[in-house]
Amino acid sequence: MSTLLAAAIVVTLACYSLAMALAFVRLLRGPDPQDRVLALDFLYINGMLVVLVLGIRFASNMYFVVALLIALFGFVGSAALAKFLLRGELVE
Amino acid sequence: MPLWIEAFVALLLLASGVLALTGAVGLFRYGTFFQRMHPPALAATLSAACVTLAWIIFFSVVERLPALYPLLINVLLALTTPVTTVLLARAALQRAREANADVPPTLAVKKTPSPD
Repeated sequence: MSTLLAAAIVVTLACYSLAMALAFVRLLRGPDPQDRVLALDFLYINGMLVVLVLGIRFASNMYFVVALLIALFGFVGSAALAKFLLRGELVE
Repeated sequence: MPLWIEAFVALLLLASGVLALTGAVGLFRYGTFFQRMHPPALAATLSAACVTLAWIIFFSVVERLPALYPLLINVLLALTTPVTTVLLARAALQRAREANADVPPTLAVKKTPSPD
């Protein structure tokens, strides 16, 4: 791991952290419930990106599985929340 | 690892970070929900594509064989993001109609009583 790539990874992680902080403010403030669901959706995608970048940082394949699972379960959660907002119940 | 490959991977990662930050700023600053729906797609499509491409290049060089499995994440995101977006948009539209907000009316045809 050269200093160039390590520095780029630090800057990238800082960008992700700032993005997650902004999304978290939207999650806390968001006037409507759908705003909060959207911010949560954005948060889990950012978390998945953080895990992928950490996988490059530590040169380990295991992080890929973690990212895949985050993407999968994040979608399930977002879809369930959106369905709940649409109908008011999950299973009809 | 050759320097130019490392520089390319670093460039991809930086681009991904800047794109994700752009999406977050859009999510934070836009005025209405229907405007706010758009920027987060940037993180799910272009930013994720940059990271997975960087991962593919990095691990293909490190392990000396093509590591194409991160494309799974791109396929998964391409399948799931539109579903979430459409569900959220429909939920927001329905809630806005129930609140009598200024949104387009539903396209469903109203049942008219038959003439006879």
